[in-house]
Amino acid sequence: MIDEKFDAIVIGAGMAGNAAAYTMASRGLKVLQLERGEYPGSKNVQGGILYADMVEKIIPEFRNEAPLERHLIEQRFWLMSDTAHTGMHYRNDDFNEEKGNRYTIIRSQFDRWFSQQARAKGVILLCETTAVELIQDAYGKVVGVRTDRSGGPIHADVVVLAEGVNGLLGTRAELRPRPQASQVALAVKEMHFLPAEVIEQRFNIKGDEGVVIEAAGTISKGMAGMGFIYTNKESISVGLGCLVSDFADNQTSPAQLLDLFKKHPSVAPLIAGSEVKEYAAHLIPEGGYKAIPKLFGPGYVICGDAAQLNNAVHREGSNLAMTSGRIAGEAIYQIKSRRDPFTAENLALYKKMLDDSFVIKDLKKYKDMPELLHTQASNLFLTYPQLVAKAMENFVRVDGTPKIEKEKTTFSSFRKSRGALGLLGDAMRFARAWR
Amino acid sequence: MHFVVCIKQVPDSAQIRVHPVTNTIMRQGVPTIINPYDLFSLEEALRWRDKVGGEVTVLTMGPPMAADSLRKALTIGADRAVLLTDRFFAGSDTLATSFALSAALKKIGDTFGKIDIVFCGKQTIDGDTAQVGPGIAKRLNLEQITYVSGINEVDGEGGTVTLERRSEGGVQVLKTNLPAMITMLEGSNVVRRGRIDDALRAARAEIVTWSAKEAGIEDVTMCGLRGSPTVVKKVFAPSPRAEKAAQVEVGASPAESAEALIEAIFKKAPKIEADLVKLASGY
Repeated sequence: MIDEKFDAIVIGAGMAGNAAAYTMASRGLKVLQLERGEYPGSKNVQGGILYADMVEKIIPEFRNEAPLERHLIEQRFWLMSDTAHTGMHYRNDDFNEEKGNRYTIIRSQFDRWFSQQARAKGVILLCETTAVELIQDAYGKVVGVRTDRSGGPIHADVVVLAEGVNGLLGTRAELRPRPQASQVALAVKEMHFLPAEVIEQRFNIKGDEGVVIEAAGTISKGMAGMGFIYTNKESISVGLGCLVSDFADNQTSPAQLLDLFKKHPSVAPLIAGSEVKEYAAHLIPEGGYKAIPKLFGPGYVICGDAAQLNNAVHREGSNLAMTSGRIAGEAIYQIKSRRDPFTAENLALYKKMLDDSFVIKDLKKYKDMPELLHTQASNLFLTYPQLVAKAMENFVRVDGTPKIEKEKTTFSSFRKSRGALGLLGDAMRFARAWR
Repeated sequence: MHFVVCIKQVPDSAQIRVHPVTNTIMRQGVPTIINPYDLFSLEEALRWRDKVGGEVTVLTMGPPMAADSLRKALTIGADRAVLLTDRFFAGSDTLATSFALSAALKKIGDTFGKIDIVFCGKQTIDGDTAQVGPGIAKRLNLEQITYVSGINEVDGEGGTVTLERRSEGGVQVLKTNLPAMITMLEGSNVVRRGRIDDALRAARAEIVTWSAKEAGIEDVTMCGLRGSPTVVKKVFAPSPRAEKAAQVEVGASPAESAEALIEAIFKKAPKIEADLVKLASGY
């Protein structure tokens, strides 16, 4: 046994863990952080959009030192059929502001930097150290952890579980359920290296400007999922993700889908001639509000992906993780400074503060969305994209057919594929889920 | 007893890239590791410390970030770490490196106790010279035993070490006097995983950091680029393979896939097809 006792042990050095560790250590708490990877970020795959506001709340001056790739000035949404994409491009020069709003980042680099800031505040970080078991006292209160190194256990007043979507600690101790296949997406990503000038030319950007493309449609073969393309400084992240349960039902592999996406005539020219340096895969919690486990209990709190805090509709996850980590840190500090014990009753403060933040409010807003996307996947991701592509082709192709007939064909194709009631129902279901 | 292990922080060769234009190794952003050969020496030192008592000090020369490697050595179980860092050391070859390390070893002996065995790696994976260890032995007048496959006995009182050394044509069993300089062969032991208390101690340990002057080096012309007579005449990258891997579309059935594959191979290398046809026609 280790004689020394910590105020808090944080499991994981990703966004949630680093935010929690930084917040507590900068307020003077004695924090131990355990990371199973060789260094913080070494196990991370996201690459990735960083939302400035949430980082600013933790480290206001982060823009001066953090490893940022490009600030985003343009967002493209693509609805894809096999040969076409119907897109909406939003580009605004106002995003060339002094303090950018969104940046592309490479998490393996950003997490390393974030962790250095936490260590500078006094966090003791042990890498290549996996927490394998929570230590609970006779009353079920979490009092410490055991690691995969010999010796220990290590004790603390409270344990922050920021162990990621697949972390075993919380599930082993039955503090949270194992995520179901229908609650997690499997995302795969490749890093395509290209010279900065080529990227700037292909995406019509200059300097540190960046573009994000999010794409849905036939690329996911009727499964609920999305593709993405992010511009980094000298690389392009290309990837896509679909629900694990859909992959299983369809007997499709993510690599096959990614291959299709890369070969799509709208995507191929963007990455032509690039050198692939990395292929990575990761699970993303997609269960939404209804999948959130109990967030606290005697001696512990759960943050980030481990708590399913991910907004699938807006593709936001790391900022929810970061914010939940910060709030957990603040709540723990408040309890500690009152010299109160870390009972479930007192740690409910974390839940209360999180409920009042955008994290839970946003997830609550879209609480019915995951279900809708999953049950209507083949309509939303296969039928409609094809219909839209057909409609657009009808609209722009000039072939001597009178326009009135073209419009009729378009309308009837929608009605035939989905039925008038089906169309109306989808529209209403979608509106309700969005509300 | 006092064992000192000299380690070097090297770029992880598994993740290294060569600049396509300048042919130089791109060190930026490449993760660093402890030279893998050094780890066998570190483990051997730790084993004998655990057996006969004493301390293990790790020593490295390098930029300030080399402290990461020292901290890792502490995590594995070393007791103390010394970093020799100074701009005077930049550009050192093996002669200048062994000069600086020898000075630091003298100072370590004076400060933390007389050294019994200096351990070095067999060679580094970035320089591959295997010269620094022997250089240290010569400068400090230590018994020099390289390519050691196992240590049988360390006798502190008698001041001897008995070990096995791999040589051409067999294994030599040698006994020699201390102090000695030993380089361990790869695979001679299995490097341990530090205990949780070692990891905790390492995370907080203060790394002893010495400049050239603090290490007792008065003549800095013996260090760094100035003290390095080695001249690099030419750096070149092996020419990239002309042919890259190709992708063959999967067919509807395994047989079709196989056919597509063999067709692609024959197209590239007609000789294989001709040879196979010739071979088959014999039956």
